[in-house]
Amino acid sequence: MKHLLTPRAILLASALAIAPAAWAETPADTLVVAHTIDDIISLDPAQSFEFSGNDVNQNTYDRLVDFDPMDMDAGFKPSLAESWEVSEDGMSITFTIRDGVTFHSGNPVRAEDAAWSLQRAVILNKTPAFILTQFGFTPENVEEKITFDDKTLTLHMDKPYAPTFVLNCLTANVASVVDKETVMANVQGEDLGNTWLNTNAAGSGPYTLAAWRPNEAVQLAAFEKYWQGAPAMKRVIVRNVAESSAQRLLLEQGDIDVARNLTPTDVDSIRKVDGITVQDEPRGRILYMGLNQKDPVLSDPKVIEAMKHLVDYDGIANSFLKGAFVPHQAFLPQGYLGALEDKPWTYDVAKAKALIEEAGMSGKTITTKVRDLREYVDVAQALQASMAEAGLTLEIEQMTGAQVLDAYRAREVPIFLGEWGPDYSDPNTNAATFAYNPDNSDEAQATGLLAWRNAYAVPQEMNEATLAATLEQDGEKRAQMYIDLQKQYQAEAPIVPLFQRIEPTGLRNNVQNWNSGRAVTSVMYRQVTKGE
Amino acid sequence: MNQSRQLSRREWLLSDAPQTRRQARLGAFYQGWLTFRGNKLAMLGLIVLVLLIGMAILAPWIAPQSPFTQNLPNRLQPPSAEHWLGTDALGRDILSRLIHGSRITLFIVGTVALIAPVIGLFIGTVAGFAGGWVDQVLMRITDIFLAFPKLILALAFVAALGASITNAVLALALTAWPPYARLARAETLTIRNADFIAAARLQGAGPLRLLIKHIWPLCISSLIVRVALDMAGIILSAAGLGFLGLGAQPPMPEWGAMISDGRTYILDFWWVAAMPGIAIFIVSMAFNLLGDGLRDVLDPKGAKE
Amino acid sequence: MPPAPNGRAAARRRRARSIGGTVLSLVLTLLGLLLVTFIIGRVMPIDPVLKVVGDRATQAQYDAAYQAMGLDQPLYIQFARYLGDVVTGDFGRSISTGQLVVDDIKRVFPATVELATLGTLIGVLIGVPLGVIAAARRGGVVDQVARVVALVGYSMPIFWLGLMGLLVFYGILGWVGGPGRQGIIYDGMIPTVTGLILVDSLIAGDWGAFKDAFSHIILPASLLGYFSLAYISRMTRSFMLEQLSAEYITTARVKGLSERAVIWRHAFRNIRIPLITVIALSFGSLLEGSVLTEIIFSWPGLGQYITKSLLAGDMNAVLGGTVVVGTCFVALNLLSDILYRVLDPRSK
Repeated sequence: MKHLLTPRAILLASALAIAPAAWAETPADTLVVAHTIDDIISLDPAQSFEFSGNDVNQNTYDRLVDFDPMDMDAGFKPSLAESWEVSEDGMSITFTIRDGVTFHSGNPVRAEDAAWSLQRAVILNKTPAFILTQFGFTPENVEEKITFDDKTLTLHMDKPYAPTFVLNCLTANVASVVDKETVMANVQGEDLGNTWLNTNAAGSGPYTLAAWRPNEAVQLAAFEKYWQGAPAMKRVIVRNVAESSAQRLLLEQGDIDVARNLTPTDVDSIRKVDGITVQDEPRGRILYMGLNQKDPVLSDPKVIEAMKHLVDYDGIANSFLKGAFVPHQAFLPQGYLGALEDKPWTYDVAKAKALIEEAGMSGKTITTKVRDLREYVDVAQALQASMAEAGLTLEIEQMTGAQVLDAYRAREVPIFLGEWGPDYSDPNTNAATFAYNPDNSDEAQATGLLAWRNAYAVPQEMNEATLAATLEQDGEKRAQMYIDLQKQYQAEAPIVPLFQRIEPTGLRNNVQNWNSGRAVTSVMYRQVTKGE
Repeated sequence: MNQSRQLSRREWLLSDAPQTRRQARLGAFYQGWLTFRGNKLAMLGLIVLVLLIGMAILAPWIAPQSPFTQNLPNRLQPPSAEHWLGTDALGRDILSRLIHGSRITLFIVGTVALIAPVIGLFIGTVAGFAGGWVDQVLMRITDIFLAFPKLILALAFVAALGASITNAVLALALTAWPPYARLARAETLTIRNADFIAAARLQGAGPLRLLIKHIWPLCISSLIVRVALDMAGIILSAAGLGFLGLGAQPPMPEWGAMISDGRTYILDFWWVAAMPGIAIFIVSMAFNLLGDGLRDVLDPKGAKE
Repeated sequence: MPPAPNGRAAARRRRARSIGGTVLSLVLTLLGLLLVTFIIGRVMPIDPVLKVVGDRATQAQYDAAYQAMGLDQPLYIQFARYLGDVVTGDFGRSISTGQLVVDDIKRVFPATVELATLGTLIGVLIGVPLGVIAAARRGGVVDQVARVVALVGYSMPIFWLGLMGLLVFYGILGWVGGPGRQGIIYDGMIPTVTGLILVDSLIAGDWGAFKDAFSHIILPASLLGYFSLAYISRMTRSFMLEQLSAEYITTARVKGLSERAVIWRHAFRNIRIPLITVIALSFGSLLEGSVLTEIIFSWPGLGQYITKSLLAGDMNAVLGGTVVVGTCFVALNLLSDILYRVLDPRSK
């Protein structure tokens, strides 16, 4: 009712009186998506490691195993590999390649292509290569370790890793199967086609890459000969729209079918709009608070405990993060093997204040750096206010993402507030960074590990538990190992998971089967249809 | 003597035959004030600015609430008796934030208006007075800075130095000086060869003394007019930096940053962005009106505009 | 001073020297611009390597990228190398788009030019007549309106007005197109010839695409146009006032010429030159200064490109963009200089 009196409503009413609203509509066989895609710097599966780049590759390439967009709970399923077999000793896995599948170029998909794609990623050794090299592959040995014959491909690993671990890693973008012949025709020097693939695609996926204009748009065209059937949407246009309010206006006006970066407030209002539905999907990203153990105040166990009570979990999740995050206090996101639901911490300023006084830290000041994203800055400000009540002063410096990251990797961010996104769909992806840090010295330069960045000397038995979990062949036992690991983590670690990302997607009502990839993978378009 | 005592202060000020230099100077000033006072719009601008300064000084006493106290259950409330201008995304009182924010605005404008013209004055007069290669070099540098996209230059400076209010001020000052340098140089060129300069030189005044004692004072009035007219631009640029997150840091209630905060909510909670927008508008309008009036007083040549 | 013997040759020599000097100073200005940008890029605490290799890179991967980008070389060598490449037209590759900077600029610059041109056009078409009338009827209604319009224009934060405009005219009234240069269904449907979508759609003969593009550009262009209108109308007015108080105008009036003829044929004729300078300057400032407008309207232009690149530490892109903006600024100054010489009888 209160909306009746807002100027917006009044303007709206008068507007309706003057000009009958002309509802635009997108063509029936075209899916139009608004998204922030300015993070794409490469479309080569061996190099791309950004969310939007992976979104594109997910649809232009296939992998040996893939998720079924209509049945995500089943986990990975056979894709270009129709079956696989683990050797008795657990040291190797042999995949049988599916017959009769072709690349966009018309070339057949062979075991050779699949093997070469994996070898290529290892040899190029770009950032995502670690997902493959953790099984013992190196640029030097990869040709012996990844072998193929007419129909099959075999991975020879250095340890008997859990098959679920290996297969989950093969769903990652870096394991996409590329068309060897086409890429080899575009090689420049020793680059294995990297320069060319940065802006082109050579896959067998349901869509071909029609155009990519950086910071503007990506256009995909349906691949009519796709082995699982041609997709319903013949054209997919992803337009870069940075502002949530702009995305919302476009969606309300019917100029787009899907809006992917809506802020909580916009989602809230859009839920009430006719003709629009909101689909909430839990994503894999965890918003966490990292307390740098180099800081004399934050390394006090009592202060660590106090900080866990200074976040207004429910207050925040029900106000400015509403619909975008839910409280989540363990490092594995919902949707992962071994995810933990326990939420041991509550917002309790009095308790925190007592703890801080006990530690003798009242009146101390901490200056930290926060990325200039609305959500992070707001969380930081909420924390600033509750810390002030508990006797600590927090000074916030806003910076760009690149600057914060730079300082974080140099272990110079006292309180880090930001998100961690899993790299592949196996629990090890988070365990290996939150709960693994074999050498905490500055010289170790383990800049990729969150624990190292926060100067958290992970206890030896926790390091070992993390490694052991990657080798457990039994799925259920493996899940239990991760649950135990997280419970121990909650009890003592100075890195505090706070929230899990929920991605609300605004959809025009006629869009069906939308799938952003849940917690484990990237967006998929092939199953999307548009009804009346 | 007795008679002059009885002159009213006004008559003393307006005297045609001032007896002391001080009387002459004050008289000129008073005359200027009278002209200025005749301009209603300029007076309006002045009043607004005086109010703003008062508001800034008294901020802690007149703000109804703390600008920092958050109240999450009470966020995004529309204007009401309790919160005259509503509350923002963290439940803070927008009016109180605007009142406290006036301090930041005044700080930015004041500092930039102090630094930029001084740099410009120095470079411009030295270039104009020295001539030759010094002039060439200084003017090339000025050109380089002029040719730079302004906001981008400021962005680069802030990005290089780190985002903070002081750095934002520095960056704005560094991008704002070139026009002053050009102006000061032009003024210097017209007076460089004047007789009184030659006379002073004959009396043995060194170049530095000539510059400081004789040239600077003559350039200042045109610079002041220019500054007054530029103030609004400075406020807007500062707000632009704040809007891009490169000015004041949270939770400081800088007006540009407040708009930036509010833009997320603009469709449903218009007041969060609109209130600081209106505040910026009013203040820069006041500066513009004041600048117009000052120009009439100090720069009779340009008064026709 | 007695005229020099053989005055014409001397004049020619003088002109040649002055043109030579102008060109030299232009080159110096651009060089300085590059140097300053380069230094800013190198002292900035943003690590471009991280942008390339990403968050999860190992130290070895990082070092490899660092070397591949030539960052291990001393600064002066980096700069010399860069200059060498620029002379051959190679601006390097942008690390945030993965494309050649030249290609990026070919894509984003037309977007900015299109917006700035239309904005200036609006500013001139309304601002000049408004200024002339305001001067002719000084103190009249038009003058007052013009004054208020200009003051409001000078005082309004553009990003705020843009947000509100988008909300009202697109979101609520639906009169204009939304953010971006085109409706999404027209995306990529018009072959690129000039990069100016309005022109390209006419070349392609696609009336629908033209209307669509126009509905998208009209709001941001009007916004920029408003700000240039404020400036142009004020300047026009003051130029006109100066002319109208001149003696020849009184003479013309005494001769019984109609007021219209006095204003347009005599006074206005004489303000063309300074007016052109003003318009050129305003166009220049729109070319460089529309960053905020571009951000709000998701307009993929040069300002946004430079800003984004800057914040990503993508210095090749920033340098390339700065060269373009700097060149435009210098070229516009030169142009108004030349026009001044050609049109002003006194300088002949």
